[in-house]
Amino acid sequence: MNAPVRRLSLVVAALFASLLVSTTLIQYVFAADLNARPDNRRTLLSTYARERGDILVGQTPIAESTPSDDQFKFQRVYPQGPLYAHVTGFYSFYGAVGGLEQAEDAFLSGSSDKLFYRRVSDLFTGRRPQGANVETTLDARVQEAASEAMEGITGGAVALDPRTGAILAMVSHPTFDPNDVAGHDLEAVGTTYDELNAAEGRPLVNRTIGGDLYPPGSVFKVVTAAAALSTGDYDENTVLPGPAVLDLPQTSADLPNAFDGPCGPNSEVTFTEALAVSCNTAFAKVGMDIGAEALQAQAAKFGFGDAITIPMRVTPSTVPAEMNLPQLAQASIGQYDVRATPLQMAMVAAGVANDGVVMRPYLVQSIIGSDLSVIESADEQELSEAVTQDVAAQLTRMMVSVVEDGSGTRAQIPGVEVAGKTGTAQHGEGRKAHAWFISFAPADDPEIAVAVIAEDGGVAGSEAGGGRVAAPIAKQIMEARLDQ
Amino acid sequence: MSVISSYTPRRGRNVELVLLIAAVAIVMLAYVNVGLATSGTVPPALLALGGGYLGVAVAFHLVLRWRASYADPLMLPIVTLLNGLGLVMLHRLDLASDRSITEGVALRQLMWSALAVAIAAVVLVLLRDHRILRRYTYLAGAIGFFLLVLPLFPVIGTSIYGSRIWIQIGPFSFQPGELAKIALAIFFAGYLVQTRDALSVAGRKVLGLTLPRARDLGPILVAWLASLAVLVFERDLGSSLLFFGLFVAMLYVATERVSWIAIGLTLFGIGAYTAYLIFGHVQTRVLLWLDTFSPEALAASDQLAKGLMGMASGGMFGTGLGRGRPDITYFAESDFIIPSFGEEIGLIGLFAIVVLYGLLVERGLRTSLGTRDGFGKLLAAGLSFSLALQCFVVVGGVTRVIPLTGLTMPFLSSGGSSLLANWTLVAILLRISDHARRPLPEASGPSPVAEARTEVVKVR
Repeated sequence: MNAPVRRLSLVVAALFASLLVSTTLIQYVFAADLNARPDNRRTLLSTYARERGDILVGQTPIAESTPSDDQFKFQRVYPQGPLYAHVTGFYSFYGAVGGLEQAEDAFLSGSSDKLFYRRVSDLFTGRRPQGANVETTLDARVQEAASEAMEGITGGAVALDPRTGAILAMVSHPTFDPNDVAGHDLEAVGTTYDELNAAEGRPLVNRTIGGDLYPPGSVFKVVTAAAALSTGDYDENTVLPGPAVLDLPQTSADLPNAFDGPCGPNSEVTFTEALAVSCNTAFAKVGMDIGAEALQAQAAKFGFGDAITIPMRVTPSTVPAEMNLPQLAQASIGQYDVRATPLQMAMVAAGVANDGVVMRPYLVQSIIGSDLSVIESADEQELSEAVTQDVAAQLTRMMVSVVEDGSGTRAQIPGVEVAGKTGTAQHGEGRKAHAWFISFAPADDPEIAVAVIAEDGGVAGSEAGGGRVAAPIAKQIMEARLDQ
Repeated sequence: MSVISSYTPRRGRNVELVLLIAAVAIVMLAYVNVGLATSGTVPPALLALGGGYLGVAVAFHLVLRWRASYADPLMLPIVTLLNGLGLVMLHRLDLASDRSITEGVALRQLMWSALAVAIAAVVLVLLRDHRILRRYTYLAGAIGFFLLVLPLFPVIGTSIYGSRIWIQIGPFSFQPGELAKIALAIFFAGYLVQTRDALSVAGRKVLGLTLPRARDLGPILVAWLASLAVLVFERDLGSSLLFFGLFVAMLYVATERVSWIAIGLTLFGIGAYTAYLIFGHVQTRVLLWLDTFSPEALAASDQLAKGLMGMASGGMFGTGLGRGRPDITYFAESDFIIPSFGEEIGLIGLFAIVVLYGLLVERGLRTSLGTRDGFGKLLAAGLSFSLALQCFVVVGGVTRVIPLTGLTMPFLSSGGSSLLANWTLVAILLRISDHARRPLPEASGPSPVAEARTEVVKVR
């Protein structure tokens, strides 16, 4: 019986040899493939265990990684959670969601190709690999003022530096605390996320650049005015018909003013007065006279239709491509299917403020390596020349009159000339209108441009008016910048 | 049977003691490793636990000196090392899942280890000669088959994660298949020693194979049907493969006829393929085996995939004990303990473990070669081969050599029944090896050994 036992030992040897081969294949030959699988939780964990870079406002981190003594090694902390929630987004084990956490993930996590040589040198110097820091363009005081002014209001506010395009404030309400969804208790995080996702008012949505977009209402009249002035057939003093009700062609429907009565004596107003009192009939008439193409082209020059990244993706604002005359009349006063983000309307204000040149908006000032070297720095870019310098100057004067003795008096700042435009956007029968305000200041040498929207007129109730609700907010935001 | 020449081997007990100390030292080193990796400190209970573990091992060593002084000196150190590494890994997995020492699996495993060693020592003391077991051939057979089908009984049989190979009595769950392995090996050895002549001589030659007579096919058919029943009703490919493989291997050793292997493999192939065609759970297993990362397979179970990714993350040298994430894989402490080791001690460490098992099996087969009686030869070969086959089924299952089965790794995996059975198995092997290596007393009067010398041997 010894011979078969010996042969049996050969069989055993073959069995064990096959195990050595199979383990070698898995742990050596195909190991890299297996580690690169997207569903490999271990790889995810090791990424998570790397120290993620900070997101900074000035020198203050608004998102930072602090060491934790559990399996994840680091806990993402948002020191001023709700204030910057839509700027930062949040980072949990499930990944980076929204805001700069997601948009700049490659830098923050340190996986960007631009950090390659740094990683190699870290390998040799034994330095702990660390993600790069993202410095934002935000101005903490402006952001705080905006958030404070928006307290209790559903809506959004954006402030830009019109000369550069740098975003100074970005507030979307209601907001949430990103710390609640960045914890290490994955189950709790999942539950909180689901709750936030389903919550009324959709706190996770950044209304300033996304969501469902808003009809801009009367603030869009600035675009209509820009289009009209650019044709050369109008100037700020052109007298326009401003009846109480405009009879729309091709239909039995009428287009009334937002207030009772005509816009001026004899139902006539100058272009400046029409903007100051937000005369619907005059602007509808102007819109129909210059035509849909001129309006669409002007809107496009301000950035409508552009897919912009700041680096978060901004939902493009739209002006309908096909419009008949009644629709054009509605679109000219920012109704019908015109839809805009608050950021887009801030760009309109900024474009006028910056002598007609719209700067590309951006949120990231620079990317700073863990060794404090600057890896990338924002460069100011012109997006387009929306209007000529002359038209911009006329528009500025017209918008100043809105604040000085028009619908936007509540945005006045003592000692500073403010240019602005109110808006009250209808969005459905029987629903309260959205209150808008766009503005910039100082009018002669603009430092800040603002767009504010308070959904459903904010807390003021049914007589929603941009001048009543949104203008004071814009004022507070501008003051925060100008006081510095 | 070949004639065994007598020689005087060294007892090797001192070698065994040195190796035992080395084995315990390696285990303690691993334990320190885990402590340093997880909490940054040397575990406070290191000396107590290490000393205790060494004490248990040395106690068994002393039993060997007392009752089986010629026993193989490698087996105990190997088993001690494997058992100890298993304990360290279980402790490490307890830490990863935040189980306290009392609710963790490591402490339970430690108590089971002590009990298993104690029972193995009792077996060694009581079983003065392995040939006594031959008297209980049919009792062992009955017990073996009874244990095998025990999980199928209502009330006590429990289906855990698709395989019905557990019994549950009160708070205790038990895998009777592990003990059945030993009982059946005893039964097969006793039965085949009796019938091997009939099974090996008669038959006719077809295509170079001497095929047995139809009526001699009875036993293999019974074993085949039993293993198929295990496959189908207990849904356990591993046990099924283990028992049938064990039987065919022992049949081959007993009869020295390759045709039995051919017949066995053919039968098993037919049975397994039929089961594949008929039963959904077998199809799922095969899908998971062949196409682990397909969406359908992942939808069914991502356990194997996770295990593979764990092993891959370990790479050549491993993450280091306590520094990987083996707890991500389900059953990291039982069926998937090999991927746990692969992740943390790397390909090199896994090789070492596989080689340790290979060495253990090799010592067992060597014992079989050295034993003078046919029963002992068959039993040693059968027990060793069952160990080898089990290792192959488990490691092959998690490394995609064969479909994944529900068996546990001897000595490493968490589980009291597995420890008890495998320590007992080793005790029996040690007993046989003592017999095999013990020099023949220089002839003083008629003795069984003298008879053995004049035995008429069959020469083939």
